[in-house]
Amino acid sequence: MAGKRKPKLAVWKFASCDGCQLSLLDCEDELLAVTGVVEIANFPEASRRVVGGPYDISLVEGSITTPHDAERIHRVRRASKLLITIGACATAGGIQALRNFADVDDFISIVYPSPQYITALAKSTPISDHIPVDFELRGCPINKYQLLEVVGALLNGRKPNIPPYSVCLECKRRGTVCVLVAQGTPCLGPVTQAGCNALCPSYNRGCYGCFGPQDSPNVAGFAAVLEQLNLRHDDIVRALRGFNAFAEPFRKVSEAYEK
Amino acid sequence: MPVDTSPEKAIYVLETGDFQTLLDAVMERGHSIFGPVLRDGAITYDALHRDTDLPLGWNDRQQAGSYRLVKTKRKTFFAYAVGPHSWKKFLHPPSDMLCAAQRIDDRFSINEPDREHPRRAFLGVRSCELHALAIHDKIFTDGPFINEAYRRRRQDILIIAVNCSHPSETCFCTSLQTGPRATGGFDLALTEVLTSGNHHFIIETGSAAGAELCARLPVRKAARTDIEAAEKVTSAAAKKIRRSLNTEELRETLDQKFSDPHWGQIADRCLACGNCTMVCPTCFCSTVEDTTTLTGEHAERRLKWDSCFTAEFSYIHGGSIRSSTLSRYRQWLTHKLAYWFDQFGMCGCVGCGRCITWCPAGIDLTEETRKLQEKKFVIRRTNGR
Repeated sequence: MAGKRKPKLAVWKFASCDGCQLSLLDCEDELLAVTGVVEIANFPEASRRVVGGPYDISLVEGSITTPHDAERIHRVRRASKLLITIGACATAGGIQALRNFADVDDFISIVYPSPQYITALAKSTPISDHIPVDFELRGCPINKYQLLEVVGALLNGRKPNIPPYSVCLECKRRGTVCVLVAQGTPCLGPVTQAGCNALCPSYNRGCYGCFGPQDSPNVAGFAAVLEQLNLRHDDIVRALRGFNAFAEPFRKVSEAYEK
Repeated sequence: MPVDTSPEKAIYVLETGDFQTLLDAVMERGHSIFGPVLRDGAITYDALHRDTDLPLGWNDRQQAGSYRLVKTKRKTFFAYAVGPHSWKKFLHPPSDMLCAAQRIDDRFSINEPDREHPRRAFLGVRSCELHALAIHDKIFTDGPFINEAYRRRRQDILIIAVNCSHPSETCFCTSLQTGPRATGGFDLALTEVLTSGNHHFIIETGSAAGAELCARLPVRKAARTDIEAAEKVTSAAAKKIRRSLNTEELRETLDQKFSDPHWGQIADRCLACGNCTMVCPTCFCSTVEDTTTLTGEHAERRLKWDSCFTAEFSYIHGGSIRSSTLSRYRQWLTHKLAYWFDQFGMCGCVGCGRCITWCPAGIDLTEETRKLQEKKFVIRRTNGR
């Protein structure tokens, strides 16, 4: 890469908590290495300096929840060579997609003293519902090592190692004892995509499904397992309605159990 | 492989109060000991130094999809069946560096990792696990392609087997003649004998190293009655085993049932999570993963445990060969119980029951195989799914 200009990286925020883009700042030890290989051209959380587009890599955080954002995302796409969505909001609609299961106007009338100023779309939707996306990085929040892996893979022209299989493989490779089998703890690991290195089970908790459905999810079969653990139907609905509630495999089964 | 041919089998008695002398003798021989220890609600395999590190007085209750520990009043040493770990985690680790590369100007240099060559002792190896080790020995070290990392790790392992007294509800070693009594492949084999007045170990030597160890222990020669008591332990264990796998013409039957609709019924329950393959002591599939640093100055190639239940496993140009869970479960079961014979001349299953216990959905391969065997063979047109 010697002599060539550094690729320009931009970070864009939509409806989100900022946690995923902060994962980039959270790189700490690796942060200088990142700025050594890319030019941080647009990242308001890190610097007020903004370099104009087009951008080689855009990281997009957040979901689309307003008509304004539904239009803005197209401008981001036009200004970006590679567009990577990061986090559960951008890839599945996020926790705010819980409103998709109810009437958004009901929420607005309860939450805001002057609802007439609020313009919101009926649903919170992932970025890929609006524009073509080159790569999706899952998680709530994303794992910083996975972020470095994707950026590193792009810069070195290789395929990123972001496995779409279940959390169970990570648990077993670590030697963690299965909390579902050994304790009867409801754990979304079998239907959830790996990427966190099976964090929660290693602390004796069930998986919350932060990384969304794995690539071959049998959520109906999994819900039957939860029933065997004596979970009630509304418990099963709640288990599936977390940060990735609107991801289709989770949504379909939670809706079936709601009836 | 590492076990010397025994000069002459000798049988001794070691009192439980003297068990630490065995551990000390093993450690003095330069081995670090790995064996059963309690962790996070299960009996796992990890480093241990004292007899008190063992799960003293613990039993396990295993069923399809369920594992629970039970504390008892008696200070038993090995009154439980196999847990979620197997010895493959030491010999064929979940993640293993193959090589690293460093860029130097326009060239690069390849560095092979230091091949570890630890002197380890495995304590509490069950008969089914000895058979699983023999399967991996054959796959990794017997043939034109030797897995050098496995061979080095394996060569100095001292094996202290334990004959099963408490098989779990998911065990079925008797169907495959892989247990509960260890018949070979060990340096020492222990039987824990617990009667009203006695609590001791009957120790059988299986190698010169084992005999040498016994010479340093406060043991006495076993009497006929001691040997009979030990035999009673394993014959009683064999009688406790409830599950079975009928291996008669199994290979042919599975071939015939390739398009049976029953596979679809299994796939409705199967979560494609891969747990069965991870806990299986004979599943050995792995993938190779390349990583680079951001600058591309340094790269690494690692071998990682993989599973035939993932979509990526069968990915070739254009997509996954086995896109459905049905095809993946069928691949796993038929490989294990049928095609393993073609490939390695042996069965790929040792009847340890781990895949049954640790399947979150409680899918039981003995039950599913039985259902397939019971079904009439009909030739049907199928798109194969």
